[in-house]
Amino acid sequence: MSAAEFATVFFNLILVNNYVLVQFLGICPFLGVSKKLDSSAGMGMAVIVVMVVATAVTFPIQVFLLDANNLGYMQTIVFILVIAVLVQLIEITLKKYIPALYSSLGVYLPLITTNCCVLGVTILAAQDYVPVIETAGFGVAYLAALVCAAGAGVGFLVAMLLFCGVRQRVEAANPPASFKGLPITLVSAAITSMSFMGFGGLVENIVNALT
Amino acid sequence: MAEKQSKWKIFTAGIIRENPVLRLVLGCCSVLAVTTTLSGAVGMGLAMTFVLVCSNIFISALRKIIPAKVHLPCYIVIIATFVTVVQMVMQAYVPDLYKTLGVFISLIVVNCIILGRAEMFACKNTVLDSALDGLGMGIGYILTMALMGGIRELIGSGTLLGVTIIPESIDRMTVMNSAPGGFFVFGVLMAGCVWLENKMNKPIERKSCGDVMLEEIDAAKAEKGKGGAEA
Repeated sequence: MSAAEFATVFFNLILVNNYVLVQFLGICPFLGVSKKLDSSAGMGMAVIVVMVVATAVTFPIQVFLLDANNLGYMQTIVFILVIAVLVQLIEITLKKYIPALYSSLGVYLPLITTNCCVLGVTILAAQDYVPVIETAGFGVAYLAALVCAAGAGVGFLVAMLLFCGVRQRVEAANPPASFKGLPITLVSAAITSMSFMGFGGLVENIVNALT
Repeated sequence: MAEKQSKWKIFTAGIIRENPVLRLVLGCCSVLAVTTTLSGAVGMGLAMTFVLVCSNIFISALRKIIPAKVHLPCYIVIIATFVTVVQMVMQAYVPDLYKTLGVFISLIVVNCIILGRAEMFACKNTVLDSALDGLGMGIGYILTMALMGGIRELIGSGTLLGVTIIPESIDRMTVMNSAPGGFFVFGVLMAGCVWLENKMNKPIERKSCGDVMLEEIDAAKAEKGKGGAEA
């Protein structure tokens, strides 16, 4: 895989196959936490960190531990436990060595264990990039999985921030009584999601034009 | 008699009064993602119900043994075990459905309905009550999924369970099959639900799992602010 292909994977996950708005992963924080800008930003940053670290750990586990021993069916149990442990480890490490980062992200970390986009990205990365090992070798596949995780995380952050802005406008509006609260939030999410459909094919064309 | 009444009440709670999707607003990811076809929606509902009932039974049976400090990891292991069982059964007998549902079968592990019922109900009630609660919630979930899947399949592809209902000459609204359609149908369904509640003069306050998350964040921040001020 060339650098252009990595860039395509990364930007596709932000704009075209956005995890939240197009693939419906991590809807809970998207609908709840996006009420406040600072919380959305903090949550998004924490998700990026956890997604990349979790994929960095689970991908080799999938290849060298599960697939090597024909234990593929244990994937769900192993991955969710690894994520739960990792989140705790990240929390402890940040607290000890990078207190500045801990003070801004620490609040969000415990909530991320049960966030489905983190488990989702580890499973999808394993699904998509384990077959790549045969043609391109482990190093390239591993790097691609990490790029995928980073793209998914940045996509989550972008969706949260954009939707937070949309929401503040919606809250100032006066919808029909039945639509107040969650229903109008969902309908505005539909329109935000529709705007992301407009990016289809954009990334490939830009990358092709540049290379 | 009173005893029987309450068991019946526990069972029916999940179907309408405490419908997990439209009233408690739990587990929105799968509701939005796999409802493009009626069969997929019902298949997901059945898988979810199985995991919900089994995990509720086990968690409630073990509720006095599981230490409070590590209850979440314990719940996750129990739930993940049953999800793996479902995965293997589906892979063996309905491989097509398994492919359609994809990653969302694994994601049942972190679905808020199951963790939510474990925390709200199974850890405080007897095994039988928890099983009934799981079954009721599961049926409520299946019905809502079927409703959403039916609407989306009918408008999006003009079919129901693969049978053509709307003649081919009418253009399909394919947007219903893609992501925006999911958000839109869910929003409109919920608005309908709120409208009915207002008609019956029984409005409730909806609190999704995300709202609970935001509250936790705010509480943690407030506590930290207080700690910082003291230091």
